[in-house]
Amino acid sequence: MKRRGLFLLQLGFTLLVCAFLVVPVILSMLAGLTVNYFIGVESGLTLRWVMEVWNGYRETIFLSIGLSLACLAVTLVLGVPTAYVLAKRQNALTRTLEEMLVLPVAVPGLATALALIVTYGSLSGFRTSWAFILVGHVLFTLPFMVRSVLAVLSAIDLKTLEEGAASLGAGFWPRFRDIVLPNCRQGILAGSLMVVTLSMGEFNMTWLLHTPFTKTLPVGLADAYASLRLEVGSAYTLVFFLMIMPLLLALQAFAKPRPAKFVAEETE
Amino acid sequence: MTDAGTPLAIALTNCAKTFADGTRALEPLDLAIHAGETVVFLGPSGCGKTTTLRIIAGLEEPDAGGKVLFDGIDVTHLPIEQRNVGMVFQSYALFPNMTVAGNIGYGLKIRKVAETQVKARVSEMLAMMQITMLADRRIDQLSGGQRQRVALARAIAVRPRALLLDEPLTALDAKLRDMLRLEIDSLLRSLGITAIYVTHDQAEAMALGDRIVVMEHGRVAQIGKPREIYQRPATRFVAEFIGTMNRLTGAVKNGVFTCKAGSLAWPEAPANTTEILFRPEDIRVAEGRETTGLLGKVTAAFFLGDRTRLFVDVGEAQPLVIESTARRDFSHGDPVGLAIDPRGLLVL
Amino acid sequence: MRHEVRRLILLLLPAGIFFAAFFLLPMARLFFIGGSGKTGWAAYAAIITDAHYFSSLLSTLGVAAATTAATLVISGISGVFLQRHKFPGNAALVAMLTFPLAFPGVVIGFMVIMLAGRMGLVGQVTQALTGEKLVFAYTIAGLFMGYVYFSIPRTILTVMAAAEKLDPKLEEAARSLGASPWHVLRDVIIPGLKPAFISAGAICFATAVGAFGTAFTLAARINVLPMVIYTEFTLSANIAMAAALSFVLGIVTWLVLAVARTAAGSSVAAAG
Repeated sequence: MKRRGLFLLQLGFTLLVCAFLVVPVILSMLAGLTVNYFIGVESGLTLRWVMEVWNGYRETIFLSIGLSLACLAVTLVLGVPTAYVLAKRQNALTRTLEEMLVLPVAVPGLATALALIVTYGSLSGFRTSWAFILVGHVLFTLPFMVRSVLAVLSAIDLKTLEEGAASLGAGFWPRFRDIVLPNCRQGILAGSLMVVTLSMGEFNMTWLLHTPFTKTLPVGLADAYASLRLEVGSAYTLVFFLMIMPLLLALQAFAKPRPAKFVAEETE
Repeated sequence: MTDAGTPLAIALTNCAKTFADGTRALEPLDLAIHAGETVVFLGPSGCGKTTTLRIIAGLEEPDAGGKVLFDGIDVTHLPIEQRNVGMVFQSYALFPNMTVAGNIGYGLKIRKVAETQVKARVSEMLAMMQITMLADRRIDQLSGGQRQRVALARAIAVRPRALLLDEPLTALDAKLRDMLRLEIDSLLRSLGITAIYVTHDQAEAMALGDRIVVMEHGRVAQIGKPREIYQRPATRFVAEFIGTMNRLTGAVKNGVFTCKAGSLAWPEAPANTTEILFRPEDIRVAEGRETTGLLGKVTAAFFLGDRTRLFVDVGEAQPLVIESTARRDFSHGDPVGLAIDPRGLLVL
Repeated sequence: MRHEVRRLILLLLPAGIFFAAFFLLPMARLFFIGGSGKTGWAAYAAIITDAHYFSSLLSTLGVAAATTAATLVISGISGVFLQRHKFPGNAALVAMLTFPLAFPGVVIGFMVIMLAGRMGLVGQVTQALTGEKLVFAYTIAGLFMGYVYFSIPRTILTVMAAAEKLDPKLEEAARSLGASPWHVLRDVIIPGLKPAFISAGAICFATAVGAFGTAFTLAARINVLPMVIYTEFTLSANIAMAAALSFVLGIVTWLVLAVARTAAGSSVAAAG
């Protein structure tokens, strides 16, 4: 039947696209484990390249992990209160603020990095520390944290819940601690995952912001691709994949919505 | 049962409210609520009843010049956190991140009451509202009626001096509403607490209120006991908002009111009356060979078991509504004689 | 309630100060530096007046446009297909198509080399088939392939979300009137998905215009704007020109995304 043929055609197409996306990843991972890429898998599998990466580049791994955790901490402190304010007030001012927050995502990382360098490049202490890179990462990931928390806060009737708590005597900080924060937990978790993942993979800004002493994983990767054996570059990529895969899978798990429940009246 | 503090007397003087976007929600209002009484604010949506409640609660501030007094003390600028009033919201505002027990005990936790005492009081509340088995449930596992009870328990747990209820039964279906109305009524009576109840349902208002404040367009139309409001409405709006009102248009001459349907002897009739109003229970169908001055034609008859609701055409814009207990059948087109009790006549 | 407003402002201060200090101020400075070079404010027009910059602008826009077109077609077909047909393995395919979402351009560039470089898979296959090795990783074609790679995960999610909201009854009505699958596609499905295509397409375009990592990995010979800006900054030390060009680039991408947001209003995930 025609419909069956159409289905198979689309399925075939989709499988091809999947292959296009997945095969290079597998190739890259494999290349990092083969003794000699030019010969191929027949040359045998080895962990030698991975060990070389570990020995030569492990600071980059630690720096990337440290940066993404620091980025998470900063975006939580900056982003959660911001999301709260945006949830409480929707007027022209807050809408403008939200638009502005997204600018570092809309504008190419190159531009943001250049802007930071021309403004703060002369402060050599700042310029050569990892804090400089952290600033770039926070600018880029903050809107994601804010959006994530804001989405959750907008879905609940924040105003009435806070009034309920206030009617029971709770002042602002107890309300924030007991009502607001617990109820945006989902948003905070999803936002946190997003922030960590994006920070681990950020390159455009980091390449310009880094110094030889503050190299992150992606920066190290670029170095390795340019100067080292293909196998080492692949092994390095393999390490990166292994670190980022769990994060991406967790992100996907988070994207599934939960159905709303309906409870019928009991005949009492 | 000393489950509440000493009841509060609440007074509002000159309280008006204009919102930031210019809406005039409340015209200047003066009101005195006696300690221990249940006052119901009744009116259609937009009449200002919820605004008034929120001003009493401390969630809104009245415009400059307005004052809110609790037992004579000016609390106008005191925020709700410090007024110690219990509040039940239309959407219940139960905290999704806590269990039922957690919700009920929250106010006590905020007041830094000892853990054991919190537990005891929460058990007491659960028992009072008959929801002990729900203690560890999460909010989204509760039905509407159960949420209502949790909201009440939570508000009362802190022994508030007044209880403020904002349309608490509106979100429930009719049968549940009737049942909960009874429970709330007995609860308010046993607590002896000052209660302010907002609703647009006049049956609720009549059942629960010691006094009813009928509101329209930000103004008070009438304040009084349910019977007064029902039998002696002060304005046409109140008359038509509460229950059903029949009307006849005509003229008065020499103590007799004449209209299209005939005439009615009414010695106390005010001289320039052009319209009289009366309730369905104050008019009846003439029995047997009884003759009356008024005649009409049945347009519809609904047998309701204990009575028959009749719609009778008398040449007015609207047919008359009559609650008849006569043991006879009525059919469309039947001519009927009508007798009106002059004590139930109103002129507005 | 005055206290409330004051409190809200206080809560906004940390993010506000951070943002002003590290983005607004630097951007303003960038703008001025752009006009402080040898050619003064004319630097801002250089993107059109200078032949070299103009050609790189055209290449950039060209690659971005081609990427957007290809991605929308691919994501359109696969996205709608996966949304409508539930079969075992559907979820796995969706997972595979969306998980490269956060790969940096660097890694994608590397994978392009693995596929189409001198020792790439494509080269080996074409050598076996035709005797000639096809190597295109270091050309604009390789860049294009890389851009399509990172654009598919992003757009496919938007397309699937929109496909979910399509009313099947419209298609049933068309079919009952005798429309063939092709007509249904052309007259019912594509118009129904248009807003999603516009929004996803704009995001795809803007991301491709501003992408740097992929081009960087595939060597500095590729003439796209981000690479030009980079070489102006690092090799020529022409900070003013780099500043001016990057500021213009920023405005272009922001404009395109602003259009996307008004068309759909969903969130943006960028890398590349």
